[in-house]
Amino acid sequence: MKTPTNDHSDIKLSCRNVWKVYGRQPEQFFEGTQGRVTDAVQHSDAIRDADHIVANADVSFDVHAGEIFVIMGLSGSGKSTIVRCLSRLVEPTAGEILLDGEDLLKKSDAELIDIRRHKMGMVFQSFGLMPHLNVIDNIAFPLKLQGVTETERYAQAERVIELVGLEGRENNFPKELSGGQQQRVGIARSLAVEPDVWFLDEPFSALDPLIRKQMQDEFLRIQEKLHKSIVFITHDFQEALRIADRMAIMRDGAVVQIGRPIDLILNPADGYVREFTQDVPWERILRAEDILDDTASETAELKRVARGTLVETLLPRLAANNSGVVVEGEDGSVLGVATARGLTAALAAGCIPAPEEA
Amino acid sequence: MPFKFTRGDLHWLGVIGVTLLCLALQGEWTWLAKYPKDLILPIADWLNAIMDWIVAYLGWFFLGISWALEWPIKAVRFVLNALPWSVTAFLFCTIAWAASGWKLAAFTLFSILYMLVIGYWAESMNTLSLVAISVPLAILVGFAFGVWGFFSNRAERAIMPMLDVLQTVPSFAYLLPILMLFGFGTVVGLIASVLYSFPPMVRNTIVGLRGVSPEVIESGLMSGAKPSQLFWQVRVPSSLRQLLLGVNQATMASLSMVIIASIIGGTADIGWEVLSTIRKAQFGESLLAGMVIALMAMVIDRITVGLAARSGDYDPDAKSFAQKYRIWIVAALGAALFFVLAQIIGDLNEWPRAWEVSPAKGMNDGLTYMVVNFRDEIEAVKKLAFFFVMLPAKIGLQGAVSPFTWGFELTLAHKIGYALVMTGLAGWAGYRGKVNAGIAILIFAIVIYFGLTGMPWPALLLICAVAGWKIGGRALGLGTALGLGFIVVTGIWPEAMLSIYLCGIAVLISFLAGTAIGIWAAHNDTVSAIVRPFNDTLQTMPLFVLLIPFVMVFKIGEFTALLAIIAYAIVPAIRYAEHGLRSLPATVIEAATMIGATNRQMLWQVKVPLALPVMMLGLNQTIMYGIAMLVIAALVGTNGLEQIVYIGLSDGDFGVGIIAGIGMAIIAIITDRMTHAWSRKRQEELGLSVE
Repeated sequence: MKTPTNDHSDIKLSCRNVWKVYGRQPEQFFEGTQGRVTDAVQHSDAIRDADHIVANADVSFDVHAGEIFVIMGLSGSGKSTIVRCLSRLVEPTAGEILLDGEDLLKKSDAELIDIRRHKMGMVFQSFGLMPHLNVIDNIAFPLKLQGVTETERYAQAERVIELVGLEGRENNFPKELSGGQQQRVGIARSLAVEPDVWFLDEPFSALDPLIRKQMQDEFLRIQEKLHKSIVFITHDFQEALRIADRMAIMRDGAVVQIGRPIDLILNPADGYVREFTQDVPWERILRAEDILDDTASETAELKRVARGTLVETLLPRLAANNSGVVVEGEDGSVLGVATARGLTAALAAGCIPAPEEA
Repeated sequence: MPFKFTRGDLHWLGVIGVTLLCLALQGEWTWLAKYPKDLILPIADWLNAIMDWIVAYLGWFFLGISWALEWPIKAVRFVLNALPWSVTAFLFCTIAWAASGWKLAAFTLFSILYMLVIGYWAESMNTLSLVAISVPLAILVGFAFGVWGFFSNRAERAIMPMLDVLQTVPSFAYLLPILMLFGFGTVVGLIASVLYSFPPMVRNTIVGLRGVSPEVIESGLMSGAKPSQLFWQVRVPSSLRQLLLGVNQATMASLSMVIIASIIGGTADIGWEVLSTIRKAQFGESLLAGMVIALMAMVIDRITVGLAARSGDYDPDAKSFAQKYRIWIVAALGAALFFVLAQIIGDLNEWPRAWEVSPAKGMNDGLTYMVVNFRDEIEAVKKLAFFFVMLPAKIGLQGAVSPFTWGFELTLAHKIGYALVMTGLAGWAGYRGKVNAGIAILIFAIVIYFGLTGMPWPALLLICAVAGWKIGGRALGLGTALGLGFIVVTGIWPEAMLSIYLCGIAVLISFLAGTAIGIWAAHNDTVSAIVRPFNDTLQTMPLFVLLIPFVMVFKIGEFTALLAIIAYAIVPAIRYAEHGLRSLPATVIEAATMIGATNRQMLWQVKVPLALPVMMLGLNQTIMYGIAMLVIAALVGTNGLEQIVYIGLSDGDFGVGIIAGIGMAIIAIITDRMTHAWSRKRQEELGLSVE
C-alpha cells in the first residue's frame, strides 16, 4: 500500500526555521535572523518571558513530491498553526516557506491568490462548507472564483464528485448531509482545482470512529490515484501511523521528531514520543526488513519472504526456527536475514531503558 | 454565620447613614431637598442658541436635503395611491405566499380587506409609502455602518455608543431637531424613521458577519478568493439569515417611528388618524384605525421573518428557468391581469363607498354604556391602585397615609412601629447571614416612607452610584454619578423622579406578573401555547395602539399610562422567564430529581437560581420596553420627563425637549448597564453561558 520513502527525491514544499509568535511586537525577536537562531529552546523561553505567545518555534521539514507527510500533536502543540503558515492563512513571524523552491512569504497578495487557486487545496476539520451553496456549487466554488464558465466548472466538479463517491448528491445542501458526506464534499472541493499540494487539517477528527476508518481508506485510495504532495494534520497517533509516509511529532510549537512511523517506534527521540509509541501494536507495524539481524548469515535452506511483509505473519516461523528468514527486495536481491534476535533488538530500542545497575 | 460584614457591606451602611443624615438635615438646608434654581446650568438655552445658529447659517443645506427627499416620497405615494387596490392586494398576497405560505397570504388578504372595508385605504397607503422609502434607506445606511464597524475596531467603538443613544433617546425627542432642521412635512417622519431604524441593521450586520465560522473564511481564502470575492461571495451569503433578521427589525422600527412621527401632523396617514380621533375622544374610530396599524405591522413582520427563515431553505431539485422564477412570473402576470381588469371593472380599481362599513358608532355607544354603568367599579379600581400603590411610591407613606386615603392618621406610634418593624426585618436578614438583603430592606423602607420625590437628591445619587460601582465596577459607578449629575444640574431632577416612579412601578408589576406567567408557561405547554400569540401580538403592536383600550375605559391620567406600560413591558418578562427555565441544562434537572427534590424545591432551589441571569436579562428588556412606552404615555397625561419632551415638541422648544430626552436616555442607559453587568456577573459565577 505504501510507496517507499526514498522514491521521493524531489522536494515539493519545504518549511525552514518557521516561527509564529503572537503578542504586541513579535517581529522584535527576529530582526535579520530569518528565524535561524542558535538555540531555539532558549530563544522561545526568552520570547515567552517577554509576554509573547510562541505558537511555532523553529519548525523545519520537507515534504517530498507524492508523499504523505503527517504532522501529529496534541491540542495546543501548534500543528494547526503550522499548516496555516504553510498556506499563509497565518503569516509566519520568521522563516521561509519554499514551494517548488520559491519563497512563499515573498509573494504578493495577488500572486498568493493565484497560487492558492492553482497549486493548493485544503480540507478543514469542521468542513468549512459554504452553507448557502449546494454540493456541486460548493465543489465548483474555487473554479467559480477563478471565473471558469458554468458548464466547464460543473464538468470538472462532476469528475471529483465521482472520485469521492458523492454521485446523486449534487443538489443537496451541506446541512442535509452527514458528517462523513460533508467531508467528502470538502475533499472534493479541495481537489477541484487539481492542486499539487494538498493540506488536510484534522479532516477526520469530527467523525465517528467507524466512519473515520472508512474515510482513511478512501483517502489512501484517492492518493494512490492522484499522488499529491500531502500535509496531513492529526492528533490521533494511530491515524498517523496508518497513513503516513513520514511524520513529525510536535510539542509546544516545536518539532520533537521527524521520521517514518517505524523510525519513531523503534527510536523514539524522547519520553514524550515514547508515550505515544508505547501502546502501538508493534506486530502490525514492524515489517520484515525492520528486524534484520546483522549477525545472522544467509543459508540456502532458509525460507524467503518479500520486503514489506508484516512481522505478525512471520511470528510462527521465527518461533519455530532460530536462524530466521531471508528478506528479499522487489528485484529478488537479498536485503538480509530477519531473526527472533533481530526482532528483540528492534523492540528493545523502542522501550524505556532499564535503570543502570550500580 | 450571623452578622458577618465585609468591607462592601460597610460601604452600604455608610450610604444609609448619609441618606438618613440628608433626610434629617433637609429641613435646615433646603438645597438638599431641592437643587437650587440659581445653580441650574442654562444648557437648554445654549442648545437653543446653537440650534438657532445652525438653522440660520446651514438651514439651506438641510432644506435642500428635505427638498430632494420629498420627490421619492411623492413618487411612491403617487404610485401606491394610483394603483388599483386589487393589484396592490394581489402583489402583497403573492409576497406573503412566497415568504411563508398560503396561511400568511390569507391573513394578508384579510388585513387588506379590513383596511378597505373600514375605509382607511388611502391613509394606509400613505403610511406604507413612507415605510417603503425609509426601510431601504435604513438598510443601506445600517449595512454600510455595520460593514465599517466589522472591518474596523475603532469604527465599531465609535458606532456602538451612537447606536445606544439613538435607540434610547425617546422617539419624540428625535423629532425635535429634525423638525427644526428639515422643516415640516413628511420628510421629518422619513428622516426620523431612518435614524430610528438603522441601528438594529448595524448590530445585526456586525453580529452576522462576525458569526461566519473561521473555517468557512479560510476555505474561501484557500479557494483563492480575492478580498471582494471573499466579502460578497463568502461572508455576506453565509450571514444572510442574520442580515435578514436585521431587515425585519429595521422594518418594524421604521413602521413604529413613521406612526409616531405623524404626531407632527400634515401627513394624512393612519397614525394621524389614530391621534386625531383619540384627541376628539372618538374611541371607536381610533380603535378601528389602530387595528389597521396593528394588522399592517403584523403582516410586514411575518413577511420579513418568513423571508429570513426561508433564506436557509433550498430546493434540492434542479429546476428550469420558469420553475426558478415562478413567483416573479406569477406576480407580474397576475398584477398585469388585475390592472387590466380594474380598467374595465371600476370596483376593482377603487373600492366602492357602498362597500364600506364602519362599526365605530356602535362601538362608541357600547363603550359609553359600559363606562356609565360600571362607573363605580372602574373608579374603585383606579382609587385602590392610586392610594395604595402609586401614591406611596410617589410621595411616600408619610404623605400618602391620611384618613381620606388609608382611613387613619399617621401618628408617631405608627411611625415608630414602622421603623422598628423594618429595622427588625433588616436585622433578622443580617443575622441570617444575608447582609445584602438586610441593606436592601433598609433602603427600600426609607424610600417608601419618604417617597421617590421626597428623597433628597444627593442621597439618591449616592445610592445609585454606589450600586453601579458594586455591580459593574468603577467605570459604571462613575458613569452613573456623572449621568445623574447631569440630570441634577440641568434642573430636571424632579421630573426625572416622576418618570422613574411611574416606570418603576410598572416595571416591577410587569416583571413579577410576567415572571409568574413565564414560570407557569415553562411548566405547562398549553399555557405556553396560549401565551405565545398574545406576546407576539403585543410586541408587534405599535405603541400608540396599546394606549387606546386603556384610555377608553380609564380616561386620561397616570393610571392609564401605568396600565399601558404594563401591557407592553410584561412581554419580555414572560418570554425570558420561560426561555430561561426551559433552556436549563438537563443534567442539572436530572441530578436534582435523583437527589429527590420535590417540585417546589426543584423550582425554587434549582431552576429559579439557575435561570436568574436570563430572567435578569428579561428585567433589562422589561425596563427598556417600559421606558419606550412611557414616552408615548405622555400623550395620556403624565408629569415626568416624557411630558417635558412632548411639550418641547409641541412648543418647538428644542433645548428643553432635547435635555429631557437626554435625561431619559441617561436613565435608560444606566439601568441597562447595571442589569446587564449583574446578569453577566451571575452567569460567570454560575459558569453558564446564555446568549
